[in-house]
Amino acid sequence: MELQVIEKSDHERFVQSLIDNYRVEGVKRKDGAFFYGPIKSPEELCLDFDCTNIPPNKAYFLPPEETLLRFTTAPSLEATPVIESNPYIIFGVHPYDLKAINQMDQVFATGVPDPHYLKRREAALIIGVDPTRVRTRSFWADMEADAVSKGFDLMFTDIGEKFVVEVGTEKGRDLLSQYGNARSATKDEARERVNIRSQIAHLCRQRGLTFPKREIPKLLERSTETLLWEERASKCLSCGTCNLACPTCYCFDVQDDMELDLIHGKRIRRWDGCVLQDFAKVATGENFRETKASRYRHRFYRKGLYLFRVLNDVACVGCGRCATSCLADIADPVDVFNRLKEEEQ
Amino acid sequence: MNQPVPEISPYLPQWAEISRIEDLTASEKLFEMHLVSGEPLGHKPGQFVELSVMGIGEAPISVSSPPRENDSFELAIRKVGNLTGAVHSLKTGDTVGIRGPFGTHFPTEETKAKDLLVVAGGIGLIPLRSFIHFVLEHRDEYGDVTILFGARNPSEQLFLDELKQWGMRKDIRYLETVDVPDPSWKGNVGVITTLFPKIHVDPSKTYCIVVGPPVMYRFVILEAKAKGIPDTQIFLSLERRMKCGVGKCGHCQINHVYVCQDGPVFRYADIFDLEEAL
Repeated sequence: MELQVIEKSDHERFVQSLIDNYRVEGVKRKDGAFFYGPIKSPEELCLDFDCTNIPPNKAYFLPPEETLLRFTTAPSLEATPVIESNPYIIFGVHPYDLKAINQMDQVFATGVPDPHYLKRREAALIIGVDPTRVRTRSFWADMEADAVSKGFDLMFTDIGEKFVVEVGTEKGRDLLSQYGNARSATKDEARERVNIRSQIAHLCRQRGLTFPKREIPKLLERSTETLLWEERASKCLSCGTCNLACPTCYCFDVQDDMELDLIHGKRIRRWDGCVLQDFAKVATGENFRETKASRYRHRFYRKGLYLFRVLNDVACVGCGRCATSCLADIADPVDVFNRLKEEEQ
Repeated sequence: MNQPVPEISPYLPQWAEISRIEDLTASEKLFEMHLVSGEPLGHKPGQFVELSVMGIGEAPISVSSPPRENDSFELAIRKVGNLTGAVHSLKTGDTVGIRGPFGTHFPTEETKAKDLLVVAGGIGLIPLRSFIHFVLEHRDEYGDVTILFGARNPSEQLFLDELKQWGMRKDIRYLETVDVPDPSWKGNVGVITTLFPKIHVDPSKTYCIVVGPPVMYRFVILEAKAKGIPDTQIFLSLERRMKCGVGKCGHCQINHVYVCQDGPVFRYADIFDLEEAL
């Protein structure tokens, strides 16, 4: 592992150099909440955040809406794919979101690869940062998402007067050597990084699973008939907020948007959500997941069991965004998984 | 992110020109078309395509014809939603978008020299027609062939000329029924399972291929099992909502299974324990 150090006094200059040379996106603060957006000056960038409202992969790689094709219907029918690959930097991605990015990279590359996602992903230089705070509903430490070995180009850890920076890729190293005024980390600094990381993970474990994460798929397999699904789903508003906020919810709808000339149009991909009422409804009127309980359960099964078959890991990284944003407060995976476990004992 | 990223979008359709349109019933039309590129569609019986009318959208549609030498293919389409509504207003010479073919196909190889019991309900005949035509074109390669077709009423019977021909053929057995007869109907009345007592099969070598509305499967499978046909020799094609056709968008999932990739044609033995399948 290659560790370098940037003094905080040099950090502003580093960020400014990135802004001068790249499109930089990063975490910003607004009314006490955090979100990703364009960084135009170093003071806009916030690295001391607990959790962003929208995860970075859904701000950039699978955005709320994207054009897949542009087409014309006259004088002849023509369609051109829109695949974006302009380089940019995302500054400030927590390890749990990096884990989600790694999982989604696998999803979009497996089977039929999706260049619309993959090209935008490939064009991104990702600068990760370790959390300094834990949001109330986060439980990423229990989901083994407190540290990742890949998915970032650089990884920042705040150890007080300086950042220890782990170099993840060649591109990251170039960025650091060109703009960073960095030096190799000392053994003490490396040790301090380990301490700080374990302290924050410990803080995150104040709340979490009562059993090991690896038991989740089997637990779900045994829980198809529990009344819990019905009980919780009875309060569900079918609003899809849990889907929107989740870094591993990637279901989408595809629609055409025509311009007023009725000649130029776009085929657009938009987020969809499996808890929405019509998600599995076909044109003839048949709805293959008609009840709230069936949709609510499907969401947990997809995270904990179905995607496990593809990723060999549970597709929940413990960010807690679903729990924070659910108006009915029924979406908290910690609560659901612990309760399922409890019912068995 | 180490493997190279392909430049080709799986969402980009090819163009196909409509060469013939035929009214099948009050709500279904048959569209014969060919790819403008001159390439064959390259489908197998039971596969589907994503059909686009640019500006309206895209929907999954079964291919209703068998693979042909002249490279044309047929889509039989019920007017039921936005896209199919727009398709019904198209004319000969118009161009549509085609992606695919996608998904699994009916077991044309595994069933060679075996007996076939084909069970079609309503517009379930549309995907099955590609299989039936394929089998009839290679008639010598299959054993006994029985076709059961059920429609809600006589006016909803599709491909009437072909049904008549099947009824007259000596080398296959064709039985039909309607749920609700009209005054001119002289045939069997009742749901499709009322045809089962009329047929005899050798379960050890019979493959049952079923396509119909969701409610039909459970009852037909019970009948097939009652005849002794094993789960491994029952095949069905399942309908689900689809947006991408490439296993990403999530709409067609039955538990962990993607109908667009792992289906639409399934062996019953592979899905009988999937709670969301039937």
